[in-house]
Amino acid sequence: MTTIDKLESADDKRIKIRKGIVDRWHGLPNWQRWLFLAAIIVFLYYLPMMNIPGLNIIRTDFAEGGSSWGGVLFLCAIYALVAIGLNVVIGLAGLLDLGYVGFFAIGAYSVALFGSTDSPVVQAIQARFGLDSEWAVAWAACIPIAIAFTMFSGVLLGWPTLRLRGDYLAIVTMGFGEIIRIVARNSQFTNATVGINFIPGPEGPASMDNKIFGVVDPTPWYWLALTVVLLLVIATRRLEHSRVGRGWAAVREDEDAAAVMGVHGFRFKLWAFAIGAALGGISGMLFASRQGYIDPSNFSLVLSITFVAMVVIGGSGNMLGVALGAVLLTYLPERFREFVDWRPFAVGVALVVVMVLKPTGLIPSRRRARELKDRAEEAEAVNV
Amino acid sequence: MSEATMSPPTGTRTLLEVDNVTLRFGGVVALNEVSFTLQQGEILGLIGPNGAGKTTCFNVMTGVYKPTSGRVRFDDQQISGKKPFVINHMGIARTFQNIRLFPEMTAIENVMVGADARHKTSVMGALFGLPRFKRRPHEITKNNAILASMQKTFGISRHKREELDGEHKALELLRFVGIADRANEVARNLPYGYQRRLEIARALATDPKLICLDEPAAGFNPSEKADLLALIRRIRDRGYTVLLIEHDMRLVMGVTDRIIVLEFGRKIAEGTPEEVSRDPKVIAAYLGVPDESA
Repeated sequence: MTTIDKLESADDKRIKIRKGIVDRWHGLPNWQRWLFLAAIIVFLYYLPMMNIPGLNIIRTDFAEGGSSWGGVLFLCAIYALVAIGLNVVIGLAGLLDLGYVGFFAIGAYSVALFGSTDSPVVQAIQARFGLDSEWAVAWAACIPIAIAFTMFSGVLLGWPTLRLRGDYLAIVTMGFGEIIRIVARNSQFTNATVGINFIPGPEGPASMDNKIFGVVDPTPWYWLALTVVLLLVIATRRLEHSRVGRGWAAVREDEDAAAVMGVHGFRFKLWAFAIGAALGGISGMLFASRQGYIDPSNFSLVLSITFVAMVVIGGSGNMLGVALGAVLLTYLPERFREFVDWRPFAVGVALVVVMVLKPTGLIPSRRRARELKDRAEEAEAVNV
Repeated sequence: MSEATMSPPTGTRTLLEVDNVTLRFGGVVALNEVSFTLQQGEILGLIGPNGAGKTTCFNVMTGVYKPTSGRVRFDDQQISGKKPFVINHMGIARTFQNIRLFPEMTAIENVMVGADARHKTSVMGALFGLPRFKRRPHEITKNNAILASMQKTFGISRHKREELDGEHKALELLRFVGIADRANEVARNLPYGYQRRLEIARALATDPKLICLDEPAAGFNPSEKADLLALIRRIRDRGYTVLLIEHDMRLVMGVTDRIIVLEFGRKIAEGTPEEVSRDPKVIAAYLGVPDESA
């Protein structure tokens, strides 16, 4: 019983503090809340131009694999998007997905395979229809292709596997992530380990003619990613506070009771997979466009685990929390590049520390926190 | 649902037909060739000693278990073997003997999940719903002036309408069962009696033709039981058909039109409360048979 007591007291204190903040926030008049949000958004857009002492000391010697302040912000934004997508699957629908990098990879490969003149797929289309060697699918047209492919792969993965529960699902999804990477590594149409070059951005493949989305200045890329993140946060919020979000919560809390109440659990879970996959895919697409080059080693299992760590450390179920988790787990390794060898160790320690001190994450979802506590009590009751 | 029909004459039409249903778990026969029918608008009691198979019978009717043999027909359609959510959409709702609310959702959200069962819009509606409908008086947003004026100009989407309808219906049902004062409280923090009634409200929100109550009065004191009795009558008066599992004989006798008695998975008696209460087999099942050899 002692563990529960401890959990409870720590939890109560945390909830009390949070309640104070949340209640004050909800107590503000509408226009003040909008103003505050607007200020934060302006701040986020202005961030790359700011010179914050201590924060943006990021080594820019590209020869040693360093990255610039804006580049790090861009990475933070796309990984925040990944975390928000994975949060739909883990935090809202309550399904553990350990192969999320698979969707990230499919998004990246969609734009690479259809948008780059370097890709065997585009070359095959050129040969088949007698197009010139400059032809490729426009970047804007790659967006729906990437979304369609990732959603389809989400449904394809979910259809047979969502009948599994808990740990079994985690294992299968982990296998899926690996399958995607291994297929990409061993197939002709993905250029195998060589990878694909000349992946286009909004202005086509990287070249000196690009005025905005070039190789050198990452700031426009960050703004693009931030805009996408903000739009998709709004979309996800709408889902969360709708029939769909309630369906997810019901299935998460009591799947059998939900079914008897008319909730088509399987369909909602499939939607969660598809939506999560699409968000991961869009993020992967931005990643590939910015890099201009991808190969299968970009999409290792470790990245999947990091994605889950972002959600867990940030606070599964809370969008602000998972975004914070993503930013921390992206920014800190870049900031402390000199300790690169210690990175897995540091992430491991961070996970353990968070699990001991704040088992529900840095900014937990209040409802999720209580659900986890219920489950802990149930487990304890069984053990006694 | 809101247009409450006063109790229609019972016995007009067969709503549910359980036909020779047998359910075996390995060697255990949980239900043994059970047959009964349920007329539209009646309150049917299902009683029997512990372990008689009453809840199992509910589980077969709501699709949790598939019968080993036999059929269940509801509203002229076969339902045995269909999935629980399909059966719910066809019009059977239930409560659970051991309360199974969504513990961390508020009372009103719990009921809204039930109401969602009748709604059509889903992901696409929530994401891209275009304002197409003229706003109705009860749909006016009060806490946000900008939103309210936008809704006034453009109207609301089908999804928004369903959300508002669901909320409206949920609140109305919470009032109906008498727990609207704690609508925004998380279900697990509600008192026991409120949780029981919240389950009824959630089941009613799915707009069922038949509502199955599994021991709704378990753990109630006499005055709470009297309130529940009144509530069950009001549910029937709204036009729902009720199937009631109950242990408390006084409650069952007071409210039901007909009673089915189960023992060891078999139907041993059927009839009006008076007939059943005089039936020697029923008395034996409840009080035990005097040991003749002694």
